[in-house]
Amino acid sequence: MTIALSPLPIYRTEQVTRVYRSGAVDVWALRGVDLTLAEGEMVVLLGASGSGKSTLVNILGGLDLPSSGRVFFRDQDLTQASDKDLTAFRRAHVGFVFQFYNLVPSLTARENVALVTEIARDPMPPEEALERVGLGHRLDHFPAELSGGEQQRVAIARAIAKRPDVLLCDEPTGALDSKTGVQVLEAIHEVNRDLGTTTVLITHNADIQRIAHRVIVLADGRVIRDRANTERLLPAQVSW
Amino acid sequence: MLRDLRRIWPQTLAIALVLGCGIMVLVGAQATQATLIETRAAYYDQHRFADVFAGATRAPADIVAAAHLIPGVAKAEGRISFHAVLDVAGMAEPASARVLSIPEGGATLNLPLVRLGRLPEPDRADEVALSEPFAQAHGLVPGREFRAVLNGQLRALTVTGWVLSPEFIYTIAPGAMMPDDRRFGVIWMNEATAAAAMDMSGAVNDLALRLTRDADERAVIAALDRLLEPFGGTGAHGRDRQMSHVFLDGELQQLGAMAAFMPPIFLIVAAFLVQMVLGRLITLERRQIGLLNALGYGRRDIAAHYLKLAALIGAMGILLGWAFGWWIAVAMIGLYQDFFRFPFLIRDWGSWALVVSAGMGVATVVLGALRPVWATLRLRPAEALLPPAPPHFGKSIADRLLMRLRVRQTTMMILRSILRWPGRAAITVLGVSASVAVLVMSYFLFDSVERLTQSVFSQANRQQVTLTLARPMGESAVQDALTLPGVSRAEGAYVVPVRAVHGHRIRLTAVQAHFPGAELARLVDDAGQVVVPGTEGVILPVTLARALDLRAGDLLRLELLAAPRSILHLPVAGLIAQGMGQDVHISAAALFAATGSAPQVNMIHLAVQADRMDALSAAIKQTPGVAGLSDWAEVRRQFDATLSENMLTMVGLYTLIGLLIAVGVIYNAARILVSERSYELASLRVLGFSRFEVGYVLVGEMMLLTLVAIPLGWLAGYGLAQGVVGAMSTEIVQIPFFISRRTFALAGLAVFFAALGAVLVVRRRLDRVDLAMALKARD
Repeated sequence: MTIALSPLPIYRTEQVTRVYRSGAVDVWALRGVDLTLAEGEMVVLLGASGSGKSTLVNILGGLDLPSSGRVFFRDQDLTQASDKDLTAFRRAHVGFVFQFYNLVPSLTARENVALVTEIARDPMPPEEALERVGLGHRLDHFPAELSGGEQQRVAIARAIAKRPDVLLCDEPTGALDSKTGVQVLEAIHEVNRDLGTTTVLITHNADIQRIAHRVIVLADGRVIRDRANTERLLPAQVSW
Repeated sequence: MLRDLRRIWPQTLAIALVLGCGIMVLVGAQATQATLIETRAAYYDQHRFADVFAGATRAPADIVAAAHLIPGVAKAEGRISFHAVLDVAGMAEPASARVLSIPEGGATLNLPLVRLGRLPEPDRADEVALSEPFAQAHGLVPGREFRAVLNGQLRALTVTGWVLSPEFIYTIAPGAMMPDDRRFGVIWMNEATAAAAMDMSGAVNDLALRLTRDADERAVIAALDRLLEPFGGTGAHGRDRQMSHVFLDGELQQLGAMAAFMPPIFLIVAAFLVQMVLGRLITLERRQIGLLNALGYGRRDIAAHYLKLAALIGAMGILLGWAFGWWIAVAMIGLYQDFFRFPFLIRDWGSWALVVSAGMGVATVVLGALRPVWATLRLRPAEALLPPAPPHFGKSIADRLLMRLRVRQTTMMILRSILRWPGRAAITVLGVSASVAVLVMSYFLFDSVERLTQSVFSQANRQQVTLTLARPMGESAVQDALTLPGVSRAEGAYVVPVRAVHGHRIRLTAVQAHFPGAELARLVDDAGQVVVPGTEGVILPVTLARALDLRAGDLLRLELLAAPRSILHLPVAGLIAQGMGQDVHISAAALFAATGSAPQVNMIHLAVQADRMDALSAAIKQTPGVAGLSDWAEVRRQFDATLSENMLTMVGLYTLIGLLIAVGVIYNAARILVSERSYELASLRVLGFSRFEVGYVLVGEMMLLTLVAIPLGWLAGYGLAQGVVGAMSTEIVQIPFFISRRTFALAGLAVFFAALGAVLVVRRRLDRVDLAMALKARD
């Protein structure tokens, strides 16, 4: 059940900090994060609320810039990128999955996926992406006509349809019950396994960590633990 | 409430401005109209403006006493009136004037108001008073001299004073289209001097009557006509045919039309905007409403809060409208004073317009607020505390059709959004089309006037000069005119005042006889077709035919009111659609055959070499038989200058307020779209869409609606313009109804770019959305 991981790093961060100004107070979301992620790796980011997980993922995904430090995607320095470069970077390389799905309510499942494939360089057909997440029969349904789990799977299909290099998932099961959550994790797992997409998955659910190659724990804006799973579980073997 | 207001202040301002525009037009037009009406009434009253006017060739002076005996006549006065050519220093071409005698013992009707200097002394034959605008134009201060041809004799006259008169609030030369204070004026002189000049001792040729309150004007006019008949009466008429009064009335009618057509458009749009903005605000404040409700505030309290908010917006609009309306009234009255010379102004701010506009303003916002406020009343606290249900996108037939469209998904988002909220899209379309309609309605006046000038100056009147003869002459006068300097072609014409009668309907007008082979002055209809009267019957303007209830083939009774005085019964050979003019047209052959007299001319149209105009003018000043000269190039220059100045001001103003509707509507609609969907649009940015591509969803929807609205606005504008033409046209002046493609294009483009500007301003808000935060927000 494991694939050979490339030794090449896809991401490298050096002393990344992120400070938000909240009124008169500076809030330190990240306090110097050094990290390397390998191609094809599935990483779970664990940590309590406010530990800096989302901030880190936002910076990796090109949605935010660090206050100091550097972030490399392969050999591209994201900290030097302009807004336009970051848009192009997200468009070409990153697939996002969010807790609240972020589907466009006025578009059907197929259209939500097509939204992304229309602007991607080498996408898979929307139908194939939806087939992959087990929604081949719900192509023409609007988000309001789908269950939460189905909506999240549409979001995954939308994220993977453009064959991204990285899949960034921010609490993808946060709004779902356990059974539905497992279905969503299975979809993510299969994408990582079959397409070799580097996957970063944020959760504060400790049970989920066991499906990853590697678990990174953040607390108070710092990495406090970074360990590889010697033995991985299948999503179906996890419950919470 | 103030916090709410601050939160939506740009939208509030946009609504208040749209509402304010409507109120501004209403208050501005009404205040102008009321001021002019009040001032005119006071002026007429204080200076005893006559009710009935009549002319005759020559009537004994005691006819005045006889006229006084007509039942209903309170006061009668006789005068001597004639036209004269003037030679004024510093002016190459001759000016002309209407000369009026001042009755011995002073005028008792149409009292001249001395503005500077004094009236002529009774025993000074060379003294005259001048109408103020003419004297001002030439700097003819008291003591200065000028020369005039009086009954064929060149005389030096001394100015004693400047005068205004209720008869000449609007001073326009006979046959002219615009006042021209340099070329036409009024001269008051002693009765003895006028009588001597015109050989009218013991006689008068002009009567003015003031009627008692209960007089029957028609009966008085009929009696006066009978009285003057033996003396060459040219037809008595009421104020409705008095030039100055008619033009002022026409202007007042136009102001009324403006006040009737414009404001409702703005008020309706404002009501919809209130509904849109308040509806969104209430959606945003659902939870707060639920909370307040849960804390024990009654629904009535909450509804009252929003109604008060709407009322506050209304109050802003009303105050803005009043302030700008007042400003506009001041500006418009200033413009009018260039044409309408009043000695004083009685300002009337149209207090009822203030009250009515306030009432309409409040009604507008309350009506607009009712729907969203009603929705809050129905909201249960528990329901309100929950986020609103996500919009449901159904599968209507339209949806299924959309699915078959092969369009990009961002375009699909636009189309679905319009389908999902058709009401809102309709309001946007309605507002934008109202904006286009207002522009079409204001720009088309240019087209109409252009068509009118084209017809009058380029097609109908191709002569450079028209000479008005002091009295009719034989056709040989036309040959004589050819000997004048620079004249390459001369054509005679004969115009005679006439009373046109059909059954009990009577109109005073003129008959124009057309000589064969006329190339300079021609009869041209609204479509630009030249019409040549045949040898049988007369051709009537459509408006005159309508007023007399005549159709082609009917028999018309024409009572010629000057030589050859006779009564003719002629068939109506045809009708002609004409913007201006009420004259009856006939071929010279038909007219003189019917009267049995030798052909005569009293006007001569001339083609003149451009470089010989000065020589011609100099010669005319010395030619006794000529009573007046019109230089058509100058007439046109005056006409264009006056029009472009006034119309540009008005059109500029209407463009501003017309575009304000589009901007207000699009700005609000776009703000609401961004407010509702910023989260969705931020998601697109996350997915790798550029700012431009995300902006497309917003700009695309607004501009698509704008594109749909523009043709609808054209249609509505067409209809409104027709209404305006109907409301502004009088029996005498028919504004030709014509809208050029340029007008449609200009209106469409102006609104398109205004809408684009408004939506682009809102689009900038998308740049400020924090992507990471937007993704965390649930609604």
